[in-house]
Amino acid sequence: MSASAESSLVAASDRQLTDEPARGQFQIFWRRFRRHKLAMVSAVYLVVLILVAIFAPIVAPHDPYKNDLQLARFGEPAPPSFSHPFGSDQLGRDQLSRIIYGARVSLMVGFVATGLAIVAGTMLGALAGYAGKWIDMGIMRFADVFLAFPPLLFAMAALASVDGNERSVFHIAAVLAVIGWMNVARLIRGEFLILRTREYTEAARAVGASGFSIVFRELLPNAVGPVIVAASLGIPVAILTESALSFLGFGIQPPEPSWGNMISGSGSNTFAMMRDFNAWWMGFFPGLAIATTVLAFNFIGDGLRDALDPRTHLD
Amino acid sequence: MADQSSATATQAQTSDAILSVNDLRVSFFSEGQEVKAVDGISYELKRGEVLGVVGESGSGKSVSALSLMQLIDSPPGRILGGEINFDGEDVLSMSTRELRNLRGNDIAMIFQEPLTALNPVFTVGDQILEPLMLHQGLSKRAAQERAIELLRQVGVPSPEERIKNFPHEMSGGMRQRAMIAMALSCNPKILIADEPTTALDVSIQAQILDLMRDLQRESQTSMMFITHDLAVVNEMCDRVNVMYSGRIVEQGTTPQLFSEPKHPYSWGLFDSIPRIEEERGVRLIPIKGQPPNLARMPQGCKFNPRCPYAFDRCFTAEPPLIPLDNGQTVRCWLYDEEHEGTAERIEFKRERTIDSRMDLDDVILDVTNLKKYFPITKGVFQRTVGHVQAVDDITFDLHRGETLGLVGESGCGKSTAGRTILRLLDPTDGVVRFSGRDLADIEGKELKEMRRRMQIIFQDPFSSLNPRRTVGSILAQPLRLHDIVPSGEANDRVSQLLERVGLNPSHAERYPHEFSGGQRQRIGVARAISVNPDFIVADEPVSALDVSIQAQIINLLHDLQHELGLSYIFIAHDLSVVRSVSDRIAVMYLGQIVELADNRAIYEDPLHPYTRALLSAVPTVDPQAANRRSRIILEGDVPSPINPPSGCRFHTRCPYAFDACSRVAPLMLDVGDGHQVRCHLYDPNHAPQAPQRAAELIARARELHPVDATTDPPPKPE
Repeated sequence: MSASAESSLVAASDRQLTDEPARGQFQIFWRRFRRHKLAMVSAVYLVVLILVAIFAPIVAPHDPYKNDLQLARFGEPAPPSFSHPFGSDQLGRDQLSRIIYGARVSLMVGFVATGLAIVAGTMLGALAGYAGKWIDMGIMRFADVFLAFPPLLFAMAALASVDGNERSVFHIAAVLAVIGWMNVARLIRGEFLILRTREYTEAARAVGASGFSIVFRELLPNAVGPVIVAASLGIPVAILTESALSFLGFGIQPPEPSWGNMISGSGSNTFAMMRDFNAWWMGFFPGLAIATTVLAFNFIGDGLRDALDPRTHLD
Repeated sequence: MADQSSATATQAQTSDAILSVNDLRVSFFSEGQEVKAVDGISYELKRGEVLGVVGESGSGKSVSALSLMQLIDSPPGRILGGEINFDGEDVLSMSTRELRNLRGNDIAMIFQEPLTALNPVFTVGDQILEPLMLHQGLSKRAAQERAIELLRQVGVPSPEERIKNFPHEMSGGMRQRAMIAMALSCNPKILIADEPTTALDVSIQAQILDLMRDLQRESQTSMMFITHDLAVVNEMCDRVNVMYSGRIVEQGTTPQLFSEPKHPYSWGLFDSIPRIEEERGVRLIPIKGQPPNLARMPQGCKFNPRCPYAFDRCFTAEPPLIPLDNGQTVRCWLYDEEHEGTAERIEFKRERTIDSRMDLDDVILDVTNLKKYFPITKGVFQRTVGHVQAVDDITFDLHRGETLGLVGESGCGKSTAGRTILRLLDPTDGVVRFSGRDLADIEGKELKEMRRRMQIIFQDPFSSLNPRRTVGSILAQPLRLHDIVPSGEANDRVSQLLERVGLNPSHAERYPHEFSGGQRQRIGVARAISVNPDFIVADEPVSALDVSIQAQIINLLHDLQHELGLSYIFIAHDLSVVRSVSDRIAVMYLGQIVELADNRAIYEDPLHPYTRALLSAVPTVDPQAANRRSRIILEGDVPSPINPPSGCRFHTRCPYAFDACSRVAPLMLDVGDGHQVRCHLYDPNHAPQAPQRAAELIARARELHPVDATTDPPPKPE
């Protein structure tokens, strides 16, 4: 049998055996993610929440800043009713509308803080993982220094230096990014150390690819999975930290609503007014908003991990 | 199905079977798909016999063995039906408690990878004690004594000490011995060995196979020996089941299978494996296509897409196992009464069609005293406390159009050598000249151009392709980097490349995971030739592939060499594969080349004791040679390259070592015709008892251990 006849025979049968529809990476990911029911429910919930936050002026039933002393007589919060399903606070402001506007703050802080942390962490981690040697050493020790700070104290100190009235979502997000980039950097560095020894990376070096091209074409695309998971799990942490900061008075200042300062308001005012009332709805609904949002992000994180982790081979 | 069960019914009447399996079916369920891993197999294991189960990956050989002890993961696996009868008991209806008693006590198992099969947090001793105390009710003290005795029996030196070792403190061979000791601890009635030597080097494989054979003969334990390696089956087994896509396609005794295989698949296997007895240039005849995808089986006979004999009936109905007069059974319509006499094996001649294109006047690569040491660092300040001498002073050259085989056991530095030559690693010392240029002192543009001319093909087809990029983008990158073609024509060139390596050009848009192992290796080859290189390092390019695919890739590399005038350094541990592809061969041991000669000289007149031992350890598929040949079993393991032995690095294991060997490092000697050897036996200056004594030693060595190829001409391909 001649060489060419034989290889064409081989080729012909190869074709037969793989003639099935091509499936992209995204389709595979999507098929796997869809099987995770909680993550799918969470994704729907978050999409709705994001839409509500964007269209808050249209969606909110009342003006979140408008005092209604008719409603809150003698500074007594109005309980949930048909027109105010989540009740009101001591000034008669509609709780539901405030939660809807507060979602803007929480989501914004969550996304911006995590986005900044990912960008910074990825750059530093990639540099450390690819360059190695003393650069790696320097960056990782730098990260250790940041990890040694108690995060909440650090954030409070940093935010205290900004005047309360000028404090914006972006100040908070920036501070949260400063205390949050280290995990991403470590993750990326670890991935790079593994991927650097993969044979396809060596193959790229063997054809003379530049370091830049190796980082952006061979290494980063393969490190994306864990980073997406880290991001989806980092967002709820940022939301919780923002709530804690606002609760403690270092975050968003009233009257602008945030979920954290709404809970804070439910407690402190009770004592300040020296009035004996039991307005459970003032703390419960913002707390519920925080809890469900954080849970939703966590479930999505789990779903992403299952769908992106190459070790869970479902095919 | 009817014919099949009647065939096994007659077998089952023979009373000396310890295990009989009838119509066993095991499936895996994943993403709503049923994968029939084992689909109706029937066989029996007789008392005291060694039954080989041979097949490629995905043939169901391991699953069938694991389900004997109900050890398959469930879910996704499920035993759907059939009977397993062990010594009169029905295994499938046993309670969990009965099963536990069966496992380890009556049926014991030896796994492929002893490092993962042993628990790293317990000492080896503890792990051998466990079954003894559990199943045999021995006291701790008695169990300990028995464990020491067992380790001694399997050839572990100073077992009293070794019993306190953790698995990572032992070498691969020692761990496998410990695994065997564990398996034997309760005197099992059946021993299942699942690829027990696949992870081991040739010389260690020879030790372990010898040990297993001796132990089996002594104790008359029945054994099931699962492997993909026909040669190992030939050396170990009494009877063989050949499996393909979850079915047994041929059953018979070992001599029957190896002298008169009956199934077209078996014929294909024998035609496609390289043989150590055959000289270079004999073209292998691969089985076409790929092993079947178990989720999408063809209609009729499962082998029909790859079978050159398939006719209409094969595509409509699946053949039963047909018993033949001589006791063999075959699952093939060629042997049905209706087709009497059509079972004629087509004479595929394995012919010497490939001539060497080596151009002796044109040295393309010249490696002189190359060294690569890896520092071992310790502590915060990364203090260097030692070096791994991965490559220590190797010298050779490569001619245009030549294939130089680089062989050696794992850890001998062959892959490091390949990467250092390509300057993927920076050499510690020595000179690599490529086309007359010293590779160490070029940078930037010039280095990039040199990289274009030197390429590499990797072993692992799964990690050598970036999973996030399409095949087209993987192949287009080198084209763009080196401006091989104008950017508008890159797609055409990618199609051409895919076509050339035997893949469908329209698959350029697909991702690597959609291809099988052999197809991915073709993509790796296409990437290497995309930049029109002069020279390629092929680092174990076929060792991760199934035998039927190996031959396809070897032939492809051959053809490309001829078409494109390539020079190869072919790195491999499989001596048969190296023989079939190489013009010259360098044998490495512990970072050094110990012998370098042309193909024929290495295989027919090896000089270095290490080469002789390696060659004698290679199992063969020749039905006669298996019993006749005398093996040189090397004692012990390869020493650590951190502290290599003084003098000759091989002296600790060399059967001919004399006093000078431990003191003086031998130099590379040229004994004529470019045959170089690094051994005192051939050096009149260092052999203190004068050349005469050396000559005597050599003569005695040749007499004691004749290498088959020199005494017998290779058997003609059927």
